[in-house]
Amino acid sequence: MTYLKVFLTGGLLCVIGEALILKTKLTPARILVLYITAGVILSAAGLYGPIVRFGAAGATVPLTGFGHLLAQGTISAVQEKGLLGAFTGGMQAAAGGIAAAVFFGFLTAVCFKPRPKDT
Amino acid sequence: MQQKADHNQARERYMELVKRLTPKSKLGQGCLRAFWVGGGICMLGQAIADAGHRWLGLASADASAFASITLIFLTALLTGIGVFDKIARYAGAGTVVPITGFANAMVSPAMEFKPEGWVLGTGARLFTIAGPVLVYGISASVIVGILYYFIRW
Repeated sequence: MTYLKVFLTGGLLCVIGEALILKTKLTPARILVLYITAGVILSAAGLYGPIVRFGAAGATVPLTGFGHLLAQGTISAVQEKGLLGAFTGGMQAAAGGIAAAVFFGFLTAVCFKPRPKDT
Repeated sequence: MQQKADHNQARERYMELVKRLTPKSKLGQGCLRAFWVGGGICMLGQAIADAGHRWLGLASADASAFASITLIFLTALLTGIGVFDKIARYAGAGTVVPITGFANAMVSPAMEFKPEGWVLGTGARLFTIAGPVLVYGISASVIVGILYYFIRW
């Protein structure tokens, strides 16, 4: 049952992205920026938490979930340390994903040769 | 005259056949593909998080980070061997919207611009798309933090 909810939530978030790409000619880069920003705002407004409780990884794996992580990390850090938390909390919460993307991205570039586009 | 009418009729039948056999719409097809691939990636993420929780004893937040890191690793590997691009071409937003899209957006240009050098090629191009994503994501979260400090909703 959990997995069905995960599938539906994740799938639906992707369908919205696909419709945006096809209907508005937004490039994937803009979709990524839009999704992370929307995630931060929705999460801060308290609207994304319920989606995560319903869809679990279906809501945390999409990039809106990354935004949710940033917003929640920031808010709990502000509760703990005051204004300083506004600057430390978000990155702290998202550190794992960012470090992994930088490191594995670099490692891949080291290990593999670029190939001619489109074969 | 008769010949021309026949020709027109054949043409009409052909156009009908074309209409019937092309997929309903690009939108419908794209959305269906994005839905099942995107949903599938999220289920994989859930399975990794559950495995981390059960066998590595990770707390729920850590299990979720573990799932993200594993998905990022898999994306980097699949991009490196050239498989990810094929999946992405089929799935559209189905691979862009999940964390896999963020990872691929870092790995792909870093690899492609390797010939331009380790610093300004790979090092800089890692952030071609990830840069803007982090700029807007982090800025939004700092604004949220400052507002929260003063308003505390």
